[in-house]
Amino acid sequence: MKVLVPVKRVVDYNVKVRVKSDGTGVDIANVKMSMNPFDEIAVEEAVRLKEKGVVTEIVAVSCGVTQCQETLRTAMAIGADRAILVECADELQPLAVAKLLKALFVKEQPGLMIVGKQAIDDDCNQTGQMLAALAGLPQGTFASKVEIADGQATVTREVDGGVETVRLKLPAVVTTDLRLNEPRYVTLPNIMKAKKKPLEVLKPADLGVDVTPRIKTLKVVEPPKRGAGVKVPDVATLVAKLKNEAKVI
Amino acid sequence: MPILVIAEHDHGTLKGATLNTITAALDIAKFGGGEVHVLVAGSGAAGAAQAAAQVAGVAKVLLADAPDLAEQLGENVAAQVMAIASNYGHLLFPATAHGKNVAPRVAALLDVAQVSDAMKVIGADTFERPIYAGNAIATVQSLDAIKVITVRTTGFDAAPATGGSAAVENLAAVADSGLSVFLGSEIAKLDRPELTAAKVIVSGGRALGSNDKFNAVLMPLADKLGAALGASRAAVDAGYAPNDWQVGQTGKIVAPQLYFAVGISGAIQHLAGMKDSKVIVAINKDPEAPIFSVADYGLEADLFVAVPELTSSL
Repeated sequence: MKVLVPVKRVVDYNVKVRVKSDGTGVDIANVKMSMNPFDEIAVEEAVRLKEKGVVTEIVAVSCGVTQCQETLRTAMAIGADRAILVECADELQPLAVAKLLKALFVKEQPGLMIVGKQAIDDDCNQTGQMLAALAGLPQGTFASKVEIADGQATVTREVDGGVETVRLKLPAVVTTDLRLNEPRYVTLPNIMKAKKKPLEVLKPADLGVDVTPRIKTLKVVEPPKRGAGVKVPDVATLVAKLKNEAKVI
Repeated sequence: MPILVIAEHDHGTLKGATLNTITAALDIAKFGGGEVHVLVAGSGAAGAAQAAAQVAGVAKVLLADAPDLAEQLGENVAAQVMAIASNYGHLLFPATAHGKNVAPRVAALLDVAQVSDAMKVIGADTFERPIYAGNAIATVQSLDAIKVITVRTTGFDAAPATGGSAAVENLAAVADSGLSVFLGSEIAKLDRPELTAAKVIVSGGRALGSNDKFNAVLMPLADKLGAALGASRAAVDAGYAPNDWQVGQTGKIVAPQLYFAVGISGAIQHLAGMKDSKVIVAINKDPEAPIFSVADYGLEADLFVAVPELTSSL
């Protein structure tokens, strides 16, 4: 079975972004970029399924600027077999990415698509569900466990208050939550090997997809600052402040 | 065009998040939207529909009742919403695990974009939403004819649960998609308030050291305060607390009256989930912990001494 795994290039998890002074966005010039952490979990899950013999080929896909090739190389260093970049310098919103992925689903015919539940830049949490809808597939979102057998995926989902388990007909879309797995560290030999793996470059037009944004960002500002309060010397003072000053207990 | 709120419910009653979402819908209505309707898609859900009918400001409740809607599978609920979506200018879902599962499916089927986590209504088509873990706030305008929105419940007060008297109209339920099957769930039976609805939250971090100590130190305090328990990602990853206790960018977003951060350093991803709390108390022995920069009251102390002392002095 073939698996398709989309990966997004985002500002690294550890970087605290700054809002541009003209309010047009956040400043990402000269900032460290990495693979979206949830997508790393998705690639790792695909590789584990391949190691179990369930999956035969892993295709990593990224949609975005030329530099997304680095993200795809990382995916291949973790264990993806080949990569496709849908190159586009313009802003790509989740609906557009879902349409590009749907076109690749039709082209590549994977049995499973494993998608990060959320990108840590726009925090949208949309692409996997949109992809499933457009392709007419079942979805197992926020997965903490995935098992594949007999043409079906059994997915344990993290929901409010606990977990639930659903069984999906394949092909299906699974979106990853944090506890699905812990991605491996990429080794130098694997980074070297990844450089030789095939990477195909397409344009949105090659897939017949209109990627025009449907949401306009009018401005981006810093959130209201929360000022630091006071340090209290001991528990008694804390209790007194909560009772008499904040009046919350 | 009227505005549709897709209710989150347990068939018998409405979940609290639905009330916050109705407030967001009423905010949109002030900018020239139409009436606010509520869709209850469930099985044996007349109770939830009656509850929705009594919410102040709701003009009509639509009830789709069928066994195939019992488990709230995303594929079926999305199809149910699609059956009536074209009658509406806005479709609002609470930004909960359930709403986040269904809303993008509906948006894609309508070929419209989705605004995720709207925290403020600026106009009928314009909303504020957090990006980069809440380190920036974007004002976004939807250019589509139908606006699909998930609502960050901490951004809106709950609509009054009584005072309304809307009519309940029955809808034909859609057929099962046949794509997915519900196998089971393990939902923790809590004798404490739900995390996202709690007035007080006691959250613990990696400094607690183990699951046993997490419970032994924090539970008595939470019991005394009638508080919900929360955790940092580090504590959840270490197995000290269950997954669904995680507060932060990718976990629960909370805004209680009082938030205790115990042994939590305060990574930006954690702050993203709790910095809208009214009063924040941090207990940490590291004077440099970033959590102190957002805490109203910081206590630099060994939590294993300070928390029991705090518990016994309440």
